[in-house]
Amino acid sequence: MAIATKPDQDQPVSQPSGAVSANAPMSQSGSAGAAGSKASGSKAAKPAKATDSSAVDKRFKALDLVMKRQQYRQDALIEVLHRSQEIFGYLEEKTLLHVARSLQLPASHVLGVATFYHLFSLKPSGEHTCVVCLGTACYVKGSGDVLNALEKHTGIQSGATTSDGKVSLVTARCIGACGIAPAVVFDGQVAAQVTTEQAIARIDQWRGDA
Amino acid sequence: MDGHELLDLAEQCAQAKKPIRVHCCTSTGCQAARSLEVKKALEKRVQDCQLADRVEVVGVGCMGFCGQGPMVELDSTDPQVTTTHYEKVTPEQAPSIIDTIQGGQTDALQGNSQHPFFAKQLLIVRNHSGKVDPERIEESIALGAYQALHHALFELTPEAVVQEISKSGLRGRGGAGYPTGLKWATVAKMPPGQKYVICNGDEGDPGAFMDRSVLESDPHRILEGMAIAGYAVGADQGFIYVRAEYPLAIHRLQKAIQQAKQKGFLGSQIFGSGFDFKVDIRVGAGAFVCGEETALIASVEGKRGTPRPRPPYPAISGLWQAPTLINNVETFANIAPIIRKGADWFAGIGTETSKGTKIFSLTGKVCNTGLIEVPMGISLRTIVEEMGGGVSEGQVKAVQTGGPSGGCIPSSYLDTPVDYESLAALGSMMGSGGMVVMDDKTSMVEVARFYMEFCRSESCGRCVPCRTGTVQLHDLLTKLVEGRGTAFDLAQMESLCQVVRHTSLCGLGMSAPNPIVSTLRYFPEEYQALLQPDRWRIPATVP
Repeated sequence: MAIATKPDQDQPVSQPSGAVSANAPMSQSGSAGAAGSKASGSKAAKPAKATDSSAVDKRFKALDLVMKRQQYRQDALIEVLHRSQEIFGYLEEKTLLHVARSLQLPASHVLGVATFYHLFSLKPSGEHTCVVCLGTACYVKGSGDVLNALEKHTGIQSGATTSDGKVSLVTARCIGACGIAPAVVFDGQVAAQVTTEQAIARIDQWRGDA
Repeated sequence: MDGHELLDLAEQCAQAKKPIRVHCCTSTGCQAARSLEVKKALEKRVQDCQLADRVEVVGVGCMGFCGQGPMVELDSTDPQVTTTHYEKVTPEQAPSIIDTIQGGQTDALQGNSQHPFFAKQLLIVRNHSGKVDPERIEESIALGAYQALHHALFELTPEAVVQEISKSGLRGRGGAGYPTGLKWATVAKMPPGQKYVICNGDEGDPGAFMDRSVLESDPHRILEGMAIAGYAVGADQGFIYVRAEYPLAIHRLQKAIQQAKQKGFLGSQIFGSGFDFKVDIRVGAGAFVCGEETALIASVEGKRGTPRPRPPYPAISGLWQAPTLINNVETFANIAPIIRKGADWFAGIGTETSKGTKIFSLTGKVCNTGLIEVPMGISLRTIVEEMGGGVSEGQVKAVQTGGPSGGCIPSSYLDTPVDYESLAALGSMMGSGGMVVMDDKTSMVEVARFYMEFCRSESCGRCVPCRTGTVQLHDLLTKLVEGRGTAFDLAQMESLCQVVRHTSLCGLGMSAPNPIVSTLRYFPEEYQALLQPDRWRIPATVP
C-alpha cells in the first residue's frame, strides 16, 4: 500500500514477516495482551475498562490486526493510535506500551506523540460527547456563550466529563462548518446554528436516559 | 487505456446522464441541515412519480451558498424544464420540487442565480463542485477528469510541465504565496531517486473551509493534480494529509483513490506509460502547527508535529530526507485546468503579480455566508458588500483575513484589491482564504485575545519565543480586556510582539502577533479605552 523503504533511516524497518514473529516473544514478556489472557475471566464490564480477559483479548487482537495491516511500519504510529482510540475509547498506558513494543519504538516516543496531538485522549471519555466549535466564525456568532452556558449547566469545564460519566464537554478549533455557525457536534452529528437552549436540552436528554 | 479510450469513456459517461438532474448538496454543512433526508425525499418522489427514466437525483458536493443550505438544484437539458436552484429546502418541501418538473408548484425558497453572490464568481477550481457526485468517478470523467494527466504524460516532457506551471504565474494557495513553478523546478532539478509529493490538507485556520469543500466535492481533481506534479518532478509516491476533523473528506478521498486505481489513473504504468504514481492518505490528529510544511512532514513520518529550522527546505530534503514537493489542496486543484487550457489562459486572469482565482470562505456577521471563488484583484468591498450582502445590522467594522496568522482590515480599506501584495501591505495576508466579517458590536481587543488564545494552545512548544511569548501576550491581553491594564502593559505588549515575530522558529510563531499588531494599528482607540491610569513608577530611593 505505502512505501516499504525509507532512505537514511538508522535502522531498516522490519519486514512484515519479521515483525510478526518479533512481536510474539514480546507479548509473552509482559505485554498487556498476554497478561490479560492469564487473568481469570470476570464478567464483561464497560468497554472503556480493560479488566475482562476475553474483552481484552479481542480488543488487543483487533489492535494487532490493525498494526499487521500497516506492516508494523513505524510511520503508521498516528494511524495506529487513531484506531486504538476507536477500539479502546481512549489510550491508556497499557495500550501505548503494547503499541510501542509492537512497532519497536521507544515508549517515550509513543507517549510523546499521543500527548502532542489534541485528538488523542489519555483519559476515558463520557458516554456522549458534545463538541463546541470555537472557530472564528462560530466565535463571532456566539459559540463562546453556548460553551459558557453548558459549562455552567453541567458544572464542568471543557475537556472534562460529568461525574456520572454521561457527558464529555470538548471544544474544537474549527470543524470547517463555518457557513452554519455556531456549530456544535453531538456524538459525531454536526448541528447547525445551535442556540444555548437547544444545546442544554440535548445535554439534559443525554443525562436523562439512564 | 489510451487517449481515445479515455475520450470514449468520457462520452459514454456523459451519455449515461439523464436529461434532468436534481443536484442535492451532501457536504458537511448541508448534511448538518438535514440534506440527506432531503435527498431521500427527492428520490422517493422520483420513484413514486415514475420519472426515473429521465430524472435522477444526484448527491453532489458543495454549491457554495452554505448559509442557505440545504441547496437543491434542478439541472436540466430538457427545454421544457428550466434550470434553477432552491435554498433552505426541508424534507417536507422536497417532493414538491420534483412536482415542478411536471408543471406543479413548490413552496420551496427559489434562489436567484443572478445574485452577485453567484454572478461575480469565476469558477476554475470549483467549476465541477456541486455538479458531480464525488463518490462516482464516472461523473468526473464525463466532465473531462484525467484528460490533463493523459495530455501531460504523452504530449509534454516533465520539464515542459514545470515550465507551463511557471509560465502560468500560479502561486501557492496555502498562504505564503510562493511561486508554484519555482518550487516544482527545485524538486525536479534534484538528482533522480526517491522523491515525494505531499498535498497539504491540514486546513487548521479557524474560519476557513475551502480545502474541505474541494476535497469533499471534487477529489479527483486533487488526485489528478498530484499525479501531474509527480510526473513533473519525478516522484512516484504521493501523500494527502487531511485533518481528522474532516471525516467526510477522508471517506470520499479513500473512495476516489480506490476508483482511480481501478480505472488505471493511479498506480503502476498509468495509461500504459512508464509512469507510476501511488497516493496514500495520512490523517492528522488535531494539531494546527502541522499545517507548517516541516511539521507536516514530521507528522507524516509518524512523529510529533514539530517544525524544524529551514533550510534545508523540503524541496531539497523533506520526507525521510528525500526531495519533497508540498503544495496546498487548492494549488493542486489548479494544475489540471492549467495543463488543459494552457498557461496563457490562466495568466490572463487576475492581477500583475497574483494570477488566477482564489476561493474564500466568507463567514462571520455577513448576510450571505459560504464559499466564493473570485478572480484575484477583486475589491474587498465587492466581496463583502455586494456578494456577501453586508452585515445584517449595523456596519461592517473589519474583515479578518488569513486566520490567526493574518490581520484585521478596517472598513476604510475595503476598496483594496485582493492580491498577495496588497493584503500584506495592510498588515494582513491572503492566508488560506478565511474571510471573517465583523460588525461594530465586535470588540477588536477581544478578537486579538481570541487569536492569541488559539496560538497559545497551538504552539508546539519547541522554540521559546513562541512557547512563552504567546502565553505572556495572552496574559497581557486578558489584563487589558478585564480593565486592569496600563499604558506600560500596552508598551510591553508591543515590544513583545516584535520579539516573538522576529525570533520564532516557524510561521506559527512569526505570525502569531499579527492579529495584535494589526488591531493596534487600525483600532488603537479600543485599546486606549481599556487602559487604567499608570500606577507603575520607579521608587524614588533604593533602600
